[in-house]
Formats: sequence, structure tokens, C-alpha cells
Amino acid sequence: MSDATPELLSWDSRARRVVTVYVPLACFLLVLLFPFYWMTITAFKPNGELLDYKQNNPFWISSPTLDNIRKLLFDTEYPRWLMTTMGVAFGATAIALVASVLAAYAIQRLRFKGSKWVGLAIYLAYLVPPSILFIPLAQVVFEFGLFDSPMALVLTYPTFLIPFCTWLLIGYFKSIPYELEECALIDGASRLQILRRITLPLAVPGLISAGIFAFTLSWNEFIYALAFISSSEKKTVPVAILTELVQGDVYQWGALMAGALLGSLPVAIFYSFFVEYYVSSLTGAVKE
Amino acid sequence: MNQAEALAWVAPRTQSNWLQRLLDWKPALVILCLTPALGLLLVFLTYPLGLGIWMSFTDTQLGKPGVWVGLENFQYLLTDRVFLNAVWFTIFYTAAATIGKFALGLWLALLLNQHLPFKSLIRAIILLPWITPTVLSAIAFWWIYDPQFSIVSYVVVDVLHWRTKYFDFLGTPWPARWSLIAANVWRGIPFVAISLLAGLQTISPSLYEAAMLDGASSWQRFRRITAPLLMPILAVVLTFSVLFTFADFQLVYAITRGGPINSTHLMATLAFQRGIPGAALGEGAAIAVAMIPFLVLATLFSYFAIGNRKWQQGGSDE
Repeated sequence: MSDATPELLSWDSRARRVVTVYVPLACFLLVLLFPFYWMTITAFKPNGELLDYKQNNPFWISSPTLDNIRKLLFDTEYPRWLMTTMGVAFGATAIALVASVLAAYAIQRLRFKGSKWVGLAIYLAYLVPPSILFIPLAQVVFEFGLFDSPMALVLTYPTFLIPFCTWLLIGYFKSIPYELEECALIDGASRLQILRRITLPLAVPGLISAGIFAFTLSWNEFIYALAFISSSEKKTVPVAILTELVQGDVYQWGALMAGALLGSLPVAIFYSFFVEYYVSSLTGAVKE
Repeated sequence: MNQAEALAWVAPRTQSNWLQRLLDWKPALVILCLTPALGLLLVFLTYPLGLGIWMSFTDTQLGKPGVWVGLENFQYLLTDRVFLNAVWFTIFYTAAATIGKFALGLWLALLLNQHLPFKSLIRAIILLPWITPTVLSAIAFWWIYDPQFSIVSYVVVDVLHWRTKYFDFLGTPWPARWSLIAANVWRGIPFVAISLLAGLQTISPSLYEAAMLDGASSWQRFRRITAPLLMPILAVVLTFSVLFTFADFQLVYAITRGGPINSTHLMATLAFQRGIPGAALGEGAAIAVAMIPFLVLATLFSYFAIGNRKWQQGGSDE
């Protein structure tokens, strides 16, 4: 009796742990991942199966098909939209990174009078959401003659990328010992040489984090792309799927889901390579 | 390196040209470094912000410059039931979605803070809803909410037999509102959970050990250790979450476009509908400007939350 008690206790605590930790966690994972599963399975279902739950188990595909993907790739301008989105995302990320590195270096390392205020102003810029800016910005884009051009997106996306990247990089620069730069200064290196040869190589993890973040944010952007681009072939993937594939009353769910899946894949792949950077930059930025 | 080589290395540096001298002069370097970032932000953020406020006092149409009409746009909006309904729903949407996100996100963060196998894999998977483009996951939700082929209805009606009729998720106002809030909560949980998890991991385990030795219950430990130490990071995450939920556009635009009968318009979607397809840029700008007071409140909250945190940690500046 007495030696059964600890065993009972440990079994009891294990059961308790299953109920309080593993079951809720499994439910969370199920709910968070289900839409992706559903998206994937719909993308590979033939139309007959898609709209008939009585004959087929909706959770599985009995005869998978690539029809939806084929239709998407060859009957629509999907590859073109994908290329545009890719170009815009890389362009905006490059501009944002260059501008943020320089700004963060000036604010954190050159320490001029009022650098704190410039930092605060850039932080405040992050708090201005695109949804209050897009109407006047449409006007500005129109004045610059950039309306209906992907260039408009490349130039406007940095407005929400720069504040975030700058703050992230300020945090990284702060972690690099200032003594290294002082040594180089005494050795006669110019400021730009120091930035290029010493600070930047040491801040590579920060640059990667900022780059991934900027890339995913530009890939996901919607409202500017919706407001500034009107011709079909210049649209980005999220906008094009919603405005070009959704037409009439009969929705092509298979093609829609295939489009959503293919549109999410590049970010997901990109993300999976750099998960650790991504998580650390997300949490770092919040803690900053 | 012998002496001659050392001299040869130093020599080119001393005769620098005017450009290098300019770059070593600090004010010039500061201006040069700040120009790209501040230039872009001034032209594409500050200027449009000002222009938007000015436009809200004009009757600008698409492609036609407007004239000053004073408060006419706002006076009209105050009598417009669709606008007032959008303001009300935006506040309700933000409140309900934030409560849902934080309750579930905190729970998930607490679960993830336990010792688990494959922890980093789980963490990576959990962030997926947050990194996929909102519009694309919204389309998946749209399909899940389909009146005829909803998988949720199928499970509840045909598998579990809890109901006899399929749900009409998006056809009537209240179900449509809750469906949108559910989709927003789904998308927001990962961000809240991962951020709060980072906060939880900074709390020293020795505090919990001490509390356990003193006989504190798990609720007491949560209430007296976890909650107060998590508060600063919670405040920051909360501010960002409120700000971006309030200004949300994509989910609603993708799933309901403000329908049925304008019942699910957020201020942002209404501004878009009036401003771009409706061509009334002035009125759209007025709706967008009406969002600013709410956003300023949230920002002030953020500022004081961060200020308080520094004060709590006893840090002076950094």
C-alpha cells in the first residue's frame, strides 16, 4: 500500500499533465492549422468531389487532380502576378534595408543632438496604419505619375518597413561594442569604412531578420496594391486572386484555393529557412 | 608587415579628396545617413497624412481637385447611419477580437512555456497563420464559411447531428460579424502567443520555486508573479494589436466586403468603398481622418506603458 502511493501519484500527475497541457495544445494546433489543410485539400480536389459531401468524405481526396493548378498557371496570368509580387517585395525590401541601416547607424552610433527625437519620430511612423493613408497616398502617387505602376508599390512599401527595420537594427547596433569602432577611428578609418567593414558584418543576423520581416510584410501587403494598381497584369498575388479570380456568382473554389496555396508558399518557404531569426526579431522588437 | 609597407599603407589615407573629408565631417554624414529614410517617410507618410487631413475638408473627387467645404463631410457623416454603424462595429470588432486573441494567446503562451518535446518546431508551426498573407487565409475562411459547402456545418449537422440546418455564416448581420471576429482571432493568436512567450521566458524560475516553497497555489503564482512581470510586454503587444485590429481592412474586404446590408463595414473598408470605387476621395479621407483620434489614444497608451516599464526597471535612459 505504502509503496503504491508514489506510483499512483506520478501516474495521476502524468494524466493531469496530458489533460491540462497536451490536449489543449493539440486543440490549438488543430484549429490553427486546419484552414491550411482545408486549403490544400480543396486545391487538389476534382470539382465533382468538391461539391458532393454525401458520396465522398470531404476530409480526404479519393482522386486527386492537378487540374486546378494547371488552370491557374496556364489559363490565368498567375505566373505574371507572382513575378510582380516577387519583384515588388525584393525592391521594397532592398530600399528599406539600405535606408534603415543608414538611419539606424546615424541614430545609434553617430549620436548627434536630437538623435533620440529622430528615433522617436521613426517609431511613431510605425504607428500610422496604411488604412488611413491610402486615399491621400493615391493622390500623391497619381501626381508623381506612378499610378498603376509597380514602382508606386516599391516606393510606398518602405514607409511601413523602414520604421520597423530601423528599430530592429538600432537594437542590434547597440549590442556591438563601441570600442571596436573607436579603435578603427584611431587607426584612421573613415566612418563609412567603419560601417562597411566592422559594424555591418557584425550586424548580419540583424540584417537577415530585418530582411525577412520586410519581405514577408511586403508580400502580404494588400491595401496599397489594391488602391494603386488597376490593370490586371500588374497586380500582386493577394489582390489579383481576390479581384481577378472571384468573378460572377459561381466561385471556382478549387482554383481559388490553389491560388491561395501557391501565393502562401513562397513566404512559407522563405520563413522556414529563417524561423529562428524571425522569432527572435519578432520577440526582440516587442521587448525593445 | 615591415616599416616600409606600413608607411605605404598609411600614405593614401592622408591625401583624401574632398568627398572623403566631407564624409568625415559629422553633420554632413548624419544628414547623408538620415536622408533616405526620412526622405521616404516625409514624402510618402507625413505629406500624405497632412494631405489626407486637408482633403477631409474638401469635396475632392477622383481626378478632380476639390474646394474647401469646411466641416461639411463630417456633418454629413454624423447623419449617415452606415458610417455610424461602421464606427460602432469597428470598436466592437476591436474589443471582441482583442479579448479573444489575448485570452487564447496567453493560454497558448503558458502552454508553450512548459517543457515540451519538439518545442521549437511547434513554435514555428504556430506562427504560420501570422506569416501567410491575410487575404489568402481570409479566402480559406470564406470557403469554410460557405453557406452550402461549409465544412463546419458538415461536421455539426451531418457528422455530429447537433443541428438540422446548415449555418448561414455570412448571410445575416450577427453571424457575419462573429465569423469575421473569429477569423481575426485565428490570425492574431500566434503573434500574441509568441510575444508573450518571450516575456514569460524572461521570468526567473527561482521566483516560482520560492513561491512553491512558501505553499502558493498555481493561481496565486500566476496572479502574483506571472501577471505583474508580464504586464509591461503585455501593454506593448496590446497596443500594437489594438492599433492594427482597429485599422484592419483585409479580412473584412476579402470575406464580406462590408455586407450583408453594410452591417460589417469597418471604418477602413467604408473609407475605401466611398473613396476609391465611389470616387468621393474627400469623403473617404474624412472617414479615415475620423480614425485618427482613436489611434492617438492607443499610441499615448503605448508611450506611457513603455515609459512606465523603464521606470519600473529603474533604468534611466536605455
